Amino acid sequence: MSSCHGGTPRAGLLPNPSILPPAPAADRPIIVAIVGPPNSGKSTLFNRLTGLRQKVANFPGVTVEHRMGKARLKDQQEVFLVDLPGIYSLHPRAEDEQITHDVLKGQQADFPKPDAVVLILDVTNLGRNLVLAAPILSLGLPTLILLNMADDLELRGGKVDVAALAAELNCPVALISATKGTGIDRIQQFLLGTAVRLNAPPPKIELPVLQDVPKCRQWAAKVGTRASYKAPAPPLWTRRLDAVFLHPVAGPLIFAGIVVAVFQSIFSWAQPLMNGLQQAVLWSGRWMTSVLPDSAWRSLLIDGVWSGLGAVVVFLPQILLLFLFIGILEDSGYLARAALIADRTMAKFGLQGKSFIPLLSAYACAVPAVMATRVIENKRDRTATIMIAPLMTCSARLPIYTLLIAAFVPNVRILGNFFSLPAATMLGLYVLGFIAAVFTARLLKSTILQSGRSSFILEMPPYRWPTLRSLSLRLIDRAKVFLRRAGTVILGVAVVLWIVAHLPLHDGKAPTLEHSYAGAIGKAIEPAIKPLGFNWKIGIGLITSLAAREVIVGTLGTIYGIEGDEQSKGLQAAVHHDLSTAGAIALLVFFAFAMQCFSTLAVVKRETGGWKWPIFQFSYMLALAYCGSWLAFHIANYFAG
Amino acid sequence: MTPQGTYLILKWSYIVVYMRAKQRRGPESRVSAIQTLADLPTGQRCIIDRLELPEDVARRLMELGFLPGNEVIPGKRAPGGGPRVFRVDGSEVALRDDTAARLYIRRDPESDFVVLA
Repeated sequence: MSSCHGGTPRAGLLPNPSILPPAPAADRPIIVAIVGPPNSGKSTLFNRLTGLRQKVANFPGVTVEHRMGKARLKDQQEVFLVDLPGIYSLHPRAEDEQITHDVLKGQQADFPKPDAVVLILDVTNLGRNLVLAAPILSLGLPTLILLNMADDLELRGGKVDVAALAAELNCPVALISATKGTGIDRIQQFLLGTAVRLNAPPPKIELPVLQDVPKCRQWAAKVGTRASYKAPAPPLWTRRLDAVFLHPVAGPLIFAGIVVAVFQSIFSWAQPLMNGLQQAVLWSGRWMTSVLPDSAWRSLLIDGVWSGLGAVVVFLPQILLLFLFIGILEDSGYLARAALIADRTMAKFGLQGKSFIPLLSAYACAVPAVMATRVIENKRDRTATIMIAPLMTCSARLPIYTLLIAAFVPNVRILGNFFSLPAATMLGLYVLGFIAAVFTARLLKSTILQSGRSSFILEMPPYRWPTLRSLSLRLIDRAKVFLRRAGTVILGVAVVLWIVAHLPLHDGKAPTLEHSYAGAIGKAIEPAIKPLGFNWKIGIGLITSLAAREVIVGTLGTIYGIEGDEQSKGLQAAVHHDLSTAGAIALLVFFAFAMQCFSTLAVVKRETGGWKWPIFQFSYMLALAYCGSWLAFHIANYFAG
Repeated sequence: MTPQGTYLILKWSYIVVYMRAKQRRGPESRVSAIQTLADLPTGQRCIIDRLELPEDVARRLMELGFLPGNEVIPGKRAPGGGPRVFRVDGSEVALRDDTAARLYIRRDPESDFVVLA
């Protein structure tokens, strides 16, 4: 046993922290990289150690960017942990694997080479997982090997001799369960000792030639045998579930059933919460009106800020519910099956099953979706997926959709008592976005993004119960993002809007909305949007929503707040003044297609490396939105009249 | 699985394999036409012989366990004839048929059926 153990000669155990010298004297903090094959539990461990938010999902390749977090050790030392995308070897194929490769080799710009590595392996399939140990150990960094999913191994009757494995690999090894938190204290001990190991020479160990995959696999098998590894019984439940979820008839039916159930529950479960929030916003607005002295400031606070923010915050329950459902689908492992089912359909549009995952997460938000396209190896497939991701119905569209549907679509039951017409309309809008996306994909893949049929290689993870911990971390994260946006973008727009709606002053008095600057801007674009059935007030909303889609609801809240309508009747009733039913349908279609999101454009620019694609995307989607809503308006008018 | 069940699987696979072989080689050929993973019926063990694919794809497949000499069992296919799941080296990996058709196998096709859960 050597340096890797910091001088402690006990195989499989980490050094006792009390005998180690205190914190390092280095000028920068210690950086420890968490590395492992896809779906081995890196992010779960990262969450455990840092308590920071971090996306975890039971789908290979969800961590698309390296994320940093601070782990506080027992003696108040801090170690930086970096969570890297999953890899099978140090021979990257996709962009996400390239990031891991570059960070580990110290070739990533603006990122220092890590001081130590925590290699996390799925112990239920140690034979194949151990292959990754060879390239990682060859890096010569102090390495801790964690055998994750120890509970699964035990449950299914597998065994491994941790001490023997540590002796064989000449570095510390610990058996843990990242979800349950067992064995986590061993990691703390390793991290505490990292500083000491920095200056020690790398341990001597015989490794196979890394270029030779068969040799590496033989080496892993040999190491496994010496550590008396007994593989666990196959995951029976996963196979039983797959027999159902991949069944030729039941599979697609279940898929459709899940989608419909999600939409129905987003409507019916979120409604009481949303009503409650809405009452709270209205009530607090009236209360503030009654206690504050009458002034321009009160008007700004209540009509500008409170109406604008309140109109948007009301949608928080619905958005969180959507994220909860997507989270459950991801964490359980169903998503990989969905990708499998979708591959054939996606292939028809020139894409592949792997594009399905970013597209599904685009239903929550296009920004992470665009980053998640890094798992797609083929560059042209990746660009096409980025181009169509914003057409998927993201959660920022929910506020305006819900508002207009609640205001214009009668709440009647269809298909017996199971499905309501508003829910069906919502589902229809989701389908509309999806159709536009596949149509666009087809168009792109047969013209400017032509490429040969790419290969589809996807590992199917076993099904797992989503943990409450992971799901709640996601929801807290989303709520924070949503409220932060409400507190910055939407607040800012509300204040600016209130100001331009109150200028120019005539004899020290604010003009009516129609004669204000805001009104003038709305009137200026009215000729362009009149054919779509929108008037100048909606026009103001369209302009402000260029920053972010949900802003339109805040803007309408502010506009009607200024006119004094909202406080009395609520937004749903007020919007009837400015939109006919046909106009409302046109507006829904406009929002389904238009690219109204600065954040997405910025991330597309970053991921495609230039302005070419984001500009193309913006113009294309605007044209689509304009033509689509013109058509919708005229068709709806034809049927109405 | 009952003996009748096993018999049914065998019979079906024979029919499927025979039809495929016929399509490819004309009426004269027999079951021995099975050469690649794509030809195999569900549940039949086989040993990988070689991968005839571009180097990076072949390398990734080998990293996932599709190594010459390793055992592979074809499993479920996605509904509607999409990619197929293969059990290999302790995990399950989905491949499209055109990729599977480049993975050549060795072993007598009439041996060793596995009854899949």
